[in-house]
Amino acid sequence: MTDLPILSLSIWVPIVAGFLVLCTGGDRNAPLARWLALAGSIAGFAVTVPLYLDFDIANGGFQFQEHLQWVPAFNINYHLGVDGIAVPLILLTSFTTFIVVLAGWEVIQKRVAQYMASFLIMSGIMIGVFSALDAILYYIFWEAMLIPMFLVIGIWGGPNRVYATIKFFLYTLLGSLLMLVAFIYLYHQSNSFEISEYYSMPLDLHVQVLIFIAFFMAFAVKIPMWPVHTWLPDAHVEAPTGGSVVLAAIALKLGGYSFLRFAMPIAPDASHYLSGFMITLSLIAVVYIALVALVQKDMKKLIAYSSISHMGFVTLGFFLFNPLGLEGAIVQMVSHGFISSAMFLSVGVLYDRMHSRQIADYGGVVNTMPTFTAFAVLFAMANAGLPGTSGFVGEFLVILGSVQVNFWYAFLASTTLIFGAAYTLWMIKRVYYGPVANAHVAALTDINRREFLILGLLAILVLGFGIYPHPITEMTHATVSQLLEHMALSKLPTL
Amino acid sequence: MNAIQYDVMTALPEILVLCMAMFILLLDLFLKPSNRFLIYVLSQLTLLGAAVLTTVTHVPAVGYAFSGLFVDDPLADVLKLGVYLSTAVTLVYTRQYTALRGMFRGEFYALVLFSTLGMMIMISGQHFLTLYMGLELLSLCLYALVALDRDNANSTEAAMKYFVLGALASGMLLYGMSMLYGVTGSLNVSGVADALLSGAPDHGVLVLGLVFIVAGLAFKLGAAPFQMWVPDVYHGAPTAITMFIGSATKIAAFAMVIRLLVQAMFVLAVDWQGMLVIMAIMSMIVGNIAAIAQTNIKRMLAYSTISHIGFLLLGFLSASLNGYASATFYILSYVLMTLAGFGIILLLSRKGFEADRLEDLKGLNQRSPWYAFMMLIVMFSMAGIPPTLGFYAKFTVLQSALQAGFVALVVFAVLMALIGAFYYLRVVKYMYFDEPEDHSPIVAPVDMKLVLSINAIGLLILGMLPQRLMDVCAYAIIHSIQ
Repeated sequence: MTDLPILSLSIWVPIVAGFLVLCTGGDRNAPLARWLALAGSIAGFAVTVPLYLDFDIANGGFQFQEHLQWVPAFNINYHLGVDGIAVPLILLTSFTTFIVVLAGWEVIQKRVAQYMASFLIMSGIMIGVFSALDAILYYIFWEAMLIPMFLVIGIWGGPNRVYATIKFFLYTLLGSLLMLVAFIYLYHQSNSFEISEYYSMPLDLHVQVLIFIAFFMAFAVKIPMWPVHTWLPDAHVEAPTGGSVVLAAIALKLGGYSFLRFAMPIAPDASHYLSGFMITLSLIAVVYIALVALVQKDMKKLIAYSSISHMGFVTLGFFLFNPLGLEGAIVQMVSHGFISSAMFLSVGVLYDRMHSRQIADYGGVVNTMPTFTAFAVLFAMANAGLPGTSGFVGEFLVILGSVQVNFWYAFLASTTLIFGAAYTLWMIKRVYYGPVANAHVAALTDINRREFLILGLLAILVLGFGIYPHPITEMTHATVSQLLEHMALSKLPTL
Repeated sequence: MNAIQYDVMTALPEILVLCMAMFILLLDLFLKPSNRFLIYVLSQLTLLGAAVLTTVTHVPAVGYAFSGLFVDDPLADVLKLGVYLSTAVTLVYTRQYTALRGMFRGEFYALVLFSTLGMMIMISGQHFLTLYMGLELLSLCLYALVALDRDNANSTEAAMKYFVLGALASGMLLYGMSMLYGVTGSLNVSGVADALLSGAPDHGVLVLGLVFIVAGLAFKLGAAPFQMWVPDVYHGAPTAITMFIGSATKIAAFAMVIRLLVQAMFVLAVDWQGMLVIMAIMSMIVGNIAAIAQTNIKRMLAYSTISHIGFLLLGFLSASLNGYASATFYILSYVLMTLAGFGIILLLSRKGFEADRLEDLKGLNQRSPWYAFMMLIVMFSMAGIPPTLGFYAKFTVLQSALQAGFVALVVFAVLMALIGAFYYLRVVKYMYFDEPEDHSPIVAPVDMKLVLSINAIGLLILGMLPQRLMDVCAYAIIHSIQ
């Protein structure tokens, strides 16, 4: 069982399935494309399951490694492997792809094969990002992911999609190119693109700071951190529901994951040196962006800002350098993957019926869509961090972690429990409750079985991990302790 | 084998191309227009024959022929194979285009073969006069080719501009060579290198001569600030000719840079490095920023060429074998991308319609998803986004420049690449996000469709498996430059 190249399968099964879906051609064969994509996404999820089942939780290092020579001229290798941080995110990716394929089943009527194929290919590429242990292999996956996302937003997006998608692409590319320069620099120092090689390499503080800044540019844009977050609301608003789900649930995690994989272990001294700066940016995101979310009139924009605010928790947790903060941040990443997908899917359900995302166009939806409203309220509560939902666990751990470092960090971070509840519940009140606002709302029909299945699955996960987050924490525990041990050691060259 | 036999053996590909070009010119006089296809076949066979001869006579060593006027080294063989390949691909792509515009004539093929010969001589020139002769043979053929569509005012104007500026550049090159001759007393590439190595008497004159030579080369490559002719000639020339100028001839110009700067004047590397840095920076600025404002694809690709040349020059900066190998890799990748890019434009053109505006690509994804995908690969490759060949091309030159310590320049280059990405994305936007305005079916011969698809898919495959091409470039450089 374990001699199968599970990681390669996880990457290439969805990509190959994506190209097969493309081969079905025009919209005449749309039903075939849909079923093929569904089969591909299920197969893609199935091949990632052994990563969880066969994972050795006592081992904090890289598992399921695969190593092939790729470009010997530059010592670039096809080297894959995962640790406890990557596995939950890979499972999240393959699961989300399945959800996205289902979510686009009836909604997408134009160029179905290309739509489904884009998501399948993107899924493989993102799993590649999470499992690459060679810097150039990682970089190739990281950049290649932009191409399908660029097309998804641009082809199936809203009225202002061209602006949004080009902004998304160029913003992300800016950071990535500087990261490439950092990789090449590290290559000339170590004559290798092996990431683990970089971990043990001594570096001067000023070099570490420059490398950290190059990585910061790449990852902060992706997460996104304040003040380089401005592409996200545009991209989210214009993207089709599936695009928003993948962006929020996975693409943002690529940035968070990469901080843990690159910036922090390669430049630990710079991370400590700049931790005040990083924490400040994170807290600004948590507090200020939450206030921005409060005044949004567009539901998708509101969720987009709420995502930025929640991701602020993740970066805050990283730079506390204690196990509670770090594990909380990882749990928060996974849980945000479920909650933000669910929130965007809920907006998608309404948008498909009303073709409006404006809060003002709704009111009293509960009267016509009671089942749907039950789900929507549950997800809203999770977004606000209600105990018992997965949203609570991550935030609570990060706040606990920050109390250990500085009371005021914890104080500012916990304001999110108020602001988060305020913007989410206020939206819920205006959209779902009250009297039926207009004839369109009165004509709404409740969710069908497909939508029920999607939202139901997500609801089980949100509640499940809220009550019993142990599967994630036990998996990440060894890796987190190893990372923190590594971070505690200075990499400055000894004189 | 005596000396004459060796000389003839070494120059066998050149002799074949020369004889065939003259034969085709004569044959055309006796051929009915309906049988012109024969000429096309003969031209392709000539290129194939030359490729076979070059491969068969290949040895991994440097050989001098014709009393040191001519060199046959692995670099020359690799670059010549690149020239044959890109010329042959150009002929495949342009057959329908020229036929529909009354350019499917013997002269076209004879001129293309003569310019191929010129490029081969440039690549193998070991003497300033040989190099110059090759360059002039190429340039004169190109001037005529640009003006081949003689009733077209734009083409005639472009040919005139090209001729005047080209003649000026050739003059500068010759002037620089004469100064070098004055100081070193030699016109031979290795002679000049030896004379400079043993201590140059007059550094001032040498550098002045170098300036003229670099200016002449920059003109031929199309590097800023000598790029003025590029957009006009690319735009004015018939697309078939633009494609030829944009692809194969750059390989020959590249060879000339290696012969003159790297082999003859390596001692002056510190001096020419400074000039190349300035030209690289200017080319990247001019190329990337001016391309944004273009509405014509041919003009846009002209500026894109200028910026690519800027990147290419980065490869020379490190003045190391690693750097030259990356530059070789870059130029070959660039040629493959350019061929595919112009291939798509030629594919969309039809009788009386040049698909040379960006709007002409609108909705290509609906008209033909396959070719839209091909163009998508080409555009992302030109922008340097993985997993395409363009990524590794940029990667190799950037790593060589970084190795030489040009950190700020590399950061500047990647920022320029970011600006460049914008206008390539705009092409993708037209193809994928807009509705088509033009619904006419895409008609092209099967061989063209096949070669174009292989060309574009090749960019993707080489982008994922670049090792072989890198090996070939490294091999050519290591066995040719001491």
